[in-house]
Amino acid sequence: MTFQPESSRLPIEVRTEALESILIERNLVDPKVMDTYIKMYEQDVGPLNGAKVVAKAWVDPEYKARLLEDGTGSIAEMGFKGPQGEHIVVKENSADVHNVIVCTLCSCYPWPVLGLPPTWYKDPAYRSRMVREPRSLLSEMGLDLPDDVEIRVWDSSSEVRYLVLPERPAGTENMSEEQLAGLVTRDAMVGVAKVNVPETV
Amino acid sequence: MDTIADMGGMQGMGSTKLNDPFEGPFDEEWQKRAFAMALLSMRTSGTNLDTFRWALARQHPLDYLLDGYYGRWLNCAINLLTDSAIIAPGAVEARARKMMGEDVEEPPVPEPNKPDYKPTAAGSIRKIDDPPKFKVGDRVRAKLMSPAGHTRLARYVRGHTGVVRALHPAQVLPDTNAHFLGENAQHVYNVEFDSHDLWGPEAEKFTVNFDLYESYIEETV
Repeated sequence: MTFQPESSRLPIEVRTEALESILIERNLVDPKVMDTYIKMYEQDVGPLNGAKVVAKAWVDPEYKARLLEDGTGSIAEMGFKGPQGEHIVVKENSADVHNVIVCTLCSCYPWPVLGLPPTWYKDPAYRSRMVREPRSLLSEMGLDLPDDVEIRVWDSSSEVRYLVLPERPAGTENMSEEQLAGLVTRDAMVGVAKVNVPETV
Repeated sequence: MDTIADMGGMQGMGSTKLNDPFEGPFDEEWQKRAFAMALLSMRTSGTNLDTFRWALARQHPLDYLLDGYYGRWLNCAINLLTDSAIIAPGAVEARARKMMGEDVEEPPVPEPNKPDYKPTAAGSIRKIDDPPKFKVGDRVRAKLMSPAGHTRLARYVRGHTGVVRALHPAQVLPDTNAHFLGENAQHVYNVEFDSHDLWGPEAEKFTVNFDLYESYIEETV
């Protein structure tokens, strides 16, 4: 594709509308099918799925062992599967080891458990630097890790998708699985944040 | 091809910040339409996910960066549909100019020319009979190679040595599948690289685990 200088670049939203109008008038796409895909990832498939998996692993040691052994199967048990989830591997964070996920080559992401990737995950800064200076980048993103914590970066270069099992925070011993799921964030399941307990709890 | 998409280790890209963790995946309405059309364009163009990633990667670097994530998905859809002659080259631009009130002639609809391609099964994971060449604990080297077409062998691991940490299920080889030259399913290894081997003695201390298809790696001597 030849680059168009800025002065002649057409607005992206108009180009999008143009392609859609061509495809629809020739019956090559069904707008209803498009809407189904959009709704699926706007409303149904998102990080809440992953949060349920993590919370279950926190309260059920047997499930956790299975999850770390067979991510795909244990996640499917909870009803989560689909595109970009053909083979999911789960990596456990601890006080000594911090796992973090990236896709340097595009923005591969475990859709069935986390939905579509957030802006920062797709940012060239994230994709380029996470495999070169993860400690500095994590710090700029708000996560300062002690020097003795081992950082392991997982680059999603094949069809394998990775999910981080974050550390269960202290002070949550009496919380139910459902309450715990409410604490787990997308960012913690990628490995760019920890799970925190809100002070109001 | 060594494209802009292969970003691992590039410098000068600035920094990034977390956004609201409860924010939805789309910032603007057009992004939703581009997302859905791009997903559907694989079927409409008679291609596959590897062709899709290749159509993303081979965009002009300035388009790739300036159009953003869903913008490059739109460009990818246009690439796939144009290559399979579902739409004519320049058709989208002509329609867009018309929509903006310009008096332009749209190119005629071409005769479709989809690739002679059919997957052997859904998805990318395949069962294969060949035993794996490498085992957990082996030291292996990522080959120094720079294919003319699609590849998932990132520049930053080429020529470097790491340790096999896991065997994944066998998968379709993107390098050939993207170009309809066969699925070539092969073993995939998770290989751990030490940051100092990748970036020199001054680098931060960490490891990168990278998934390598069997034909991307060789024994170390």
